[in-house]
Amino acid sequence: MPPATGPKSGDALFASVDRVNAELFTLTYGAIVRQLLTDLEEVEEVNKQLDQMGYNIGTRLVDEFLAKSNVSRCVDFKETADVIAKLGFKMFLGVTATVTNWDAEGTSCSFVLEDNPLVDFVELPDTCQGLQYCNVLSGVIRGALEMVSMKTEVTWVRDMLRGDDAYEMRVKLTKQVPEEYPYKDDD
Amino acid sequence: MIGVGKAKQYANVLDKPLSRGRQEVSLSAFAFLFSELVQYNQTQVDNIAELERRLEDAGYAVGARVLELLCHREKGNRRETRLLGILSFIHSTVWKVLFGKVADSLEKGTEHEDEYMISEKELLVNRFISVPKDMGAFNCGAFVAGIVRGVLENAGFPAVVTAHFVPIEGQQRPRTTILIKFAEEVLQREARFG
Repeated sequence: MPPATGPKSGDALFASVDRVNAELFTLTYGAIVRQLLTDLEEVEEVNKQLDQMGYNIGTRLVDEFLAKSNVSRCVDFKETADVIAKLGFKMFLGVTATVTNWDAEGTSCSFVLEDNPLVDFVELPDTCQGLQYCNVLSGVIRGALEMVSMKTEVTWVRDMLRGDDAYEMRVKLTKQVPEEYPYKDDD
Repeated sequence: MIGVGKAKQYANVLDKPLSRGRQEVSLSAFAFLFSELVQYNQTQVDNIAELERRLEDAGYAVGARVLELLCHREKGNRRETRLLGILSFIHSTVWKVLFGKVADSLEKGTEHEDEYMISEKELLVNRFISVPKDMGAFNCGAFVAGIVRGVLENAGFPAVVTAHFVPIEGQQRPRTTILIKFAEEVLQREARFG
């Protein structure tokens, strides 16, 4: 039996995974956004597509996160949020987020990012002011949480590309889906 | 105070200091993103050639920016003007920054004067990709071919750049070769330089 170990620290976790230059990541993301803008024309449609891409990533990424982070089951949404902010963001993007602005029920909170590797070199032209450039991130959170039985709504409230002083995402837990067993493979 | 508080500060991207390029993200984050790029483009095309062309276009956008960035940061605002100079810039500088290592090899084509090849045993973008049988010779390296074309073309070396799988004896996975075929004018100019 492997020795019982607790969750790794964010730094240790990031150090343990293979890494690539953030600029390749940033520029590739930029290329995706540009392609979407050309293909879909409507900024709203681009926002939707970016969110969908993030969702797809989130549903797959959560497996890798759980496999590598040694995190055990979170007791409540608060703990979940902390794990995402300190370990989730760190493991994949090498940055951490701050969790703030909890509501009284403990079902919605904000992730605040000071460092955001998606946006280096980016400036929104006047024609794209409605673009939620980082929508892929909110999609990832939504997708990943859905895979661990939490339905959420994730929206951006502050965006430095639009002139705000930080990147802030609001995550609202709408429904905790009870796990069902046995799982059926064929549906 | 009235009117204060919502005055937004748009930071001009050129006013910010240029990063030194030491930041990293996880390889998985990139791989997930790249896979979304490929999957999205698959929904936009009905044949492989078109899919490769679209990936190449996406890569081209990256290459154009990488050239500008690296000429400024790594080369003191100087850009290569000779054929071998720009090729070795791609093989060493560009590869090292983007993929963390210099490319495995840079060779001149044996049959044609205007062809050069950059080969990589395990191209970063292909690391987690297995191409289904029904997609034939499709190579996601088209994205990297696009990056190479983006760098070359914006440096004044128009070329046709394609990515190919080349089987290696005794190895299960083929290597990827980026084939560069320069436009005629490039070779003529080189010849004039002597």
